[in-house]
Amino acid sequence: MSNDDHLVRFVDIQKSYDGESLVVKNLNLDVAKGEFLTMLGPSGSGKTTCLMMLAGFEPATHGEIYLNENPINRVPPHKRGIGMVFQNYALFPHMTVAENLAFPLEVRHMDKSEREQRVKRALDMVQLGAFGDRRPAQLSGGQAQRVAVARSLVFDPDLVLMDEPLGALDKNLREQMQYEIKHIHENLGLTVVYVTHDQSEALTMSNRIAVFDDGIIQQCAPPEVLYEQPENAFCANFIGENNRLLGNVVEDLGDTVKVEIDGDAGTVVAKKVNVEGVGSRSTLSLRPERVTVNPEAGTLPNVFSGKAEELIYLGDHIRTRFTVCGHDDFIVKIPNSAVHAHLKEGDTVNIGWNAEDCRALDPSD
Amino acid sequence: MSAAPETVSGPLITADGIPLKESLQKSLRRSKIRAALLVAPPLLFLIFLFVIPIGNMLTRSVDDKLINQVLPNTFEAFESWDKVSEPDESMFEAIYQDLKAADKTDIGKASVRMNYAKPGWRSLIKRTARRIKKMEPPYKEAFLKADDRWTDNEYWLSLGIMKDKRTLGYYLNAVDRTYDFDKNVIHVDEERKVYNLLWWRTIQVSIIVTLACLLLAYPVAYLLATLPMRIANLLMICVLMPFWTSLLVRIVAWMIMLQQNGVVNDTLVAAGILSDENRLAMMYNFNGTVIVMTQILLPFMILPIFSVMKTIPPSYMKAAQNLGATPTLAFIRVYMPQTIPGIGAGCILVFIVAIGYYITPELVGGKDGRLIGNMVAYHMQRSLNWGLAAAMGTILLIVILIFYWIYDKIIGIDNMKMG
Repeated sequence: MSNDDHLVRFVDIQKSYDGESLVVKNLNLDVAKGEFLTMLGPSGSGKTTCLMMLAGFEPATHGEIYLNENPINRVPPHKRGIGMVFQNYALFPHMTVAENLAFPLEVRHMDKSEREQRVKRALDMVQLGAFGDRRPAQLSGGQAQRVAVARSLVFDPDLVLMDEPLGALDKNLREQMQYEIKHIHENLGLTVVYVTHDQSEALTMSNRIAVFDDGIIQQCAPPEVLYEQPENAFCANFIGENNRLLGNVVEDLGDTVKVEIDGDAGTVVAKKVNVEGVGSRSTLSLRPERVTVNPEAGTLPNVFSGKAEELIYLGDHIRTRFTVCGHDDFIVKIPNSAVHAHLKEGDTVNIGWNAEDCRALDPSD
Repeated sequence: MSAAPETVSGPLITADGIPLKESLQKSLRRSKIRAALLVAPPLLFLIFLFVIPIGNMLTRSVDDKLINQVLPNTFEAFESWDKVSEPDESMFEAIYQDLKAADKTDIGKASVRMNYAKPGWRSLIKRTARRIKKMEPPYKEAFLKADDRWTDNEYWLSLGIMKDKRTLGYYLNAVDRTYDFDKNVIHVDEERKVYNLLWWRTIQVSIIVTLACLLLAYPVAYLLATLPMRIANLLMICVLMPFWTSLLVRIVAWMIMLQQNGVVNDTLVAAGILSDENRLAMMYNFNGTVIVMTQILLPFMILPIFSVMKTIPPSYMKAAQNLGATPTLAFIRVYMPQTIPGIGAGCILVFIVAIGYYITPELVGGKDGRLIGNMVAYHMQRSLNWGLAAAMGTILLIVILIFYWIYDKIIGIDNMKMG
């Protein structure tokens, strides 16, 4: 990708609030034009700080942010022309919905007829054409959310920032809004930088997800890569459900490594992803849906016996908690099909998995 | 559970046959009684110390009963008089009967009231009453002997103003008007006009003080609401400190500051800004009243504005700037309109307190810094013209209600936030 395709570039950004600790440590991130990039991470991981630096509300302590290849560290927020949807929407309570939408056009000295036209178009886009005269207090959560999105787009910004915009909505509405925002993004060809701590939201909407922890981007990749090929233990754990086994590397086989699980619980063959070499510690990461119950002998390199501790019926699959290799929190998702024998609590069966599906990662904590 | 309750037409009843409404009331009775008991003490307090005194004030401001009770015969004789000829024996006999029968203190009170209608009545009654016991008919001769002013028809004519049991005379007096003997409303003599000037000045001072407080309080409230907690708390203590200091101490401190040889003047002279003979007169005049009242009433403005500002999330200002407004424009278009409930509450609070203010103008107001409140105090304590004091108090109350009504029309009382 050449530099021309980048709308936003963070170069060596560091941020500290108190001069004693860094909230953002050496951030380098490019956002391509038309991309939907999500910053995902637990609270306090520095993702919102990054967004605020991009919007211009927080100065970077070190480094430079480029917008369209222009450094913007010294550009005040009102001259950046970036749209933003705030966490609590920040709709001005003393103005009607239409006045809220007209505000950015008014401060840009747009004439009245053009203003009205644009406000109408923006409201129609979010299916709130009839709500122009309402006050924000008279809107439901979902409506207020849509107005906030419409307001951030009404002045045609290239870049829109969203700071946990769906956090205040209930589950159904949240899912509906995820699709709506995604469709708006696709239809208008916007570039969106989206901040959330909800991983399913990130997986649903994004082209690319930057996983933040402790002020560092742990991995920045498209959703499917992030889920299927996490590069470190944090990402593996944070995105989706994950079984962890801790152990020492005992043999390096090139593409794979042999790891002896702590407590002499057995040796696992795993894909070598992020380990130092023989003798080092490693976390093995394994998705629950990649585990097979009662595998045919000889088909899988890793087969262990496990005791079913708990079964939860979830319709399409049965979530089963096993004790395997001394870990009693080993989760397996068993598809609800006639092929599979029905387990009962306390049954001991063989379970196995492929070396490909089990990733040997860095030792976390 | 048994079967679902049947749908019945008519009043609903509970399982044991009591009407639902009755049952509901019974179940709520205890909590209603408890609520009533909790409300009772403040309610009684309010009735005894607010409703009754204000009611009393309202009646007193129009009451003119006493004089009719003391001089019933006189007023009867007055009715049959042609108002032109010299009063005849029957009228003197009537007033003789009244003065003889009446209680001495009542005569004193009545004569004070009569003096408001026609100056001179009081001494006339006093001199006559002293000799009333020795008087013998014909009474006209005896009265004239006691005091020759009895021939002056004006005294007799002034009775016409007082014959009704209710009067608006006090209200007219309070705005420099009075009745002539035919009960027409007329202006008082030019040299006796005082109150209209005072009313005008009181409104003027109240408005100036309110605006000055607003100008000073707004930035302070903004700092209080936006500074980090620790510094804001310190600032808050500075704002509240005057509340913990005696009002008199604060006024005396201002006297030290503002007087002719006070701190402010000395500093200005020492700095060469003023020459020694041109020291500013900042006290015992209009300026003194305004300066000191502004300082004293400032917290009443800061606190409501602060409490409203505290509830405005900083994200509004950010959003406005993000949408392209400069920080100044964002402040004016987005922040300030949201503080209007606080501004309204602060202004009405300061204005109401200022319009009835009494102690500060008394101490630092001098001659042209006095307000209507001082006049009310004067009539309560010195001249003992309680009717006039009550009328002034009532007018003050009405002025406040009018401003309250305007506030409600413009901002809406539901929006008021006191803190």
